[in-house]
Amino acid sequence: MYDTIIIGAGMSGLAAGIRLAHYEQRVCILERHNTIGGLNSFYRLRGRDYDVGLHAVTNFTPPGTKRGPLARLLRQLRFQWEDFALAPQIGSAIAFPGVELRFNNDVELLASEIAREFPAERDNFRRLIQRLVDYDDLNPAHFEASARQVLDQTIGEPLLREMILCPLMWYGNAAERDMPFGQFCIMFRSIFLEGFARPLAGVRLILRNLIRRFRSLGGELRLRAGVARIKVEGSRAVGVVLDNGQELQARRILSSAGLVETLRMCDDARRPGAQTVGQMSFVEAISILDRQPQQFGHDRTIVFFNDSDQFHWQRPGALCDLRTGVVCSPNNYAYAAGEGLPDGVLRISALASYDRWSALEEDQYRLEKLRWYDRLTEAAVRFVPDYRPYVIDTDMFTPTTIHRYTWHHNGAVYGAPEKRLEGRTHLDNLFLCGTDQGFVGIIGGIVSGITIANKHCLKD
Amino acid sequence: MTPVEIRAEIISILEDIAPDEDLSQLQDDVPFREQIELDSMDFLDIVMELRKRHRVQIPEDDYQQLASMASTVAYLEPRLKDA
Repeated sequence: MYDTIIIGAGMSGLAAGIRLAHYEQRVCILERHNTIGGLNSFYRLRGRDYDVGLHAVTNFTPPGTKRGPLARLLRQLRFQWEDFALAPQIGSAIAFPGVELRFNNDVELLASEIAREFPAERDNFRRLIQRLVDYDDLNPAHFEASARQVLDQTIGEPLLREMILCPLMWYGNAAERDMPFGQFCIMFRSIFLEGFARPLAGVRLILRNLIRRFRSLGGELRLRAGVARIKVEGSRAVGVVLDNGQELQARRILSSAGLVETLRMCDDARRPGAQTVGQMSFVEAISILDRQPQQFGHDRTIVFFNDSDQFHWQRPGALCDLRTGVVCSPNNYAYAAGEGLPDGVLRISALASYDRWSALEEDQYRLEKLRWYDRLTEAAVRFVPDYRPYVIDTDMFTPTTIHRYTWHHNGAVYGAPEKRLEGRTHLDNLFLCGTDQGFVGIIGGIVSGITIANKHCLKD
Repeated sequence: MTPVEIRAEIISILEDIAPDEDLSQLQDDVPFREQIELDSMDFLDIVMELRKRHRVQIPEDDYQQLASMASTVAYLEPRLKDA
């Protein structure tokens, strides 16, 4: 009998596991995949290391900072700032036709760019920041307000509204078209007020720290151990049945599998409503280059591009939508002197439809991957220097890939649009953490695991 | 444990929870929150560490007793006298 069974060895599950094991619970993390990381995992292909999710760790704050999610999670998990070895970004940009706003980990750069491009909006942008600082993230009524409405009230220039929304939606909006104001505030803080960073070794370093700590505290991790069913008696979960038929019992269950995904495991077979299913999924075209991006004039860490004045954030009708995208170069971080990645890398993300990709036959799927790699690259070089002559290897993932390794419904990277901020379900001792609880990204995932473990799993 | 030992133990817990804080100047009669950066998660950790290290159970209604070093020591003294 375990005190807590955790479903999923991603960021949130591992963080929750550390908290509970630190306080002497018998904890078992069950992971269906053959490795850890969930949406932020890693793989090796033709001799090279790849990260799955990681463009940037958001919420970067320098060593010694005592507030904010990064400081909080380091304290809660008893890590030192140095353990995550975060190198800050060099500088990123939001690129729309004819207008580029640069930003880095000091919000003053963005403020001065806005003052240059949109002089009339300078004070409005300050007012927007003030409104965010006043926002109370514990009040659910505030959370569900419309970010577009708040922007309409604070920013006069429509183009600037779209430019502000673009990176924030890209890095954490599960809903289509609009964004809950609470999520907007979280993303604004994490990207513009705090910022981007990356460990040289990528997501592997973060995961290695988490799993080592979890194991050293006596935590148990089982890979290739998918949960087929959650056994329910009355209003309580009593245990799980694994894919291989084995049964495990626990006093409580904490699931990072997603809301719909978790409800479907339950014996009492709840039918979730349509609004609880996420739709936003991505393709990514990864190019390995024979030189560093700065050698051909590309010195941006991340470029969020959009090819018209209107930013469209919704599931495409076609396989992909190339009107907007993200260009990330993991080379362009301020690593320690003499350190850097061996190859140049450029990663292009675009919106994609899970339904369309998953309907393809195997041969067609392969063909479309090749076709869309070319199209994504073509879309990106409208906004960054043409790097195609330097490509020496490529890889591509699609919504189908995301679904295959994370079991997220629709390959929805940011989960369901409707979040369960309290982490509760219809069962007394079944709780949610991770993407569908409300926090996304690496730091968000870790904070989610800590928060829900503290709130529901530690005190009794 | 004596009040002096309890105080030393609380300092040790705070060092564990908030390693960046300078605790040498801590004033016992002033709330922790006015001197060091502690949020509700950190207060939960003080409670949890006491439970882990000394098997002392602190009900949620009593968390307010842990506002300052003086009140924490006073609250814990009868509960840890045999520890």
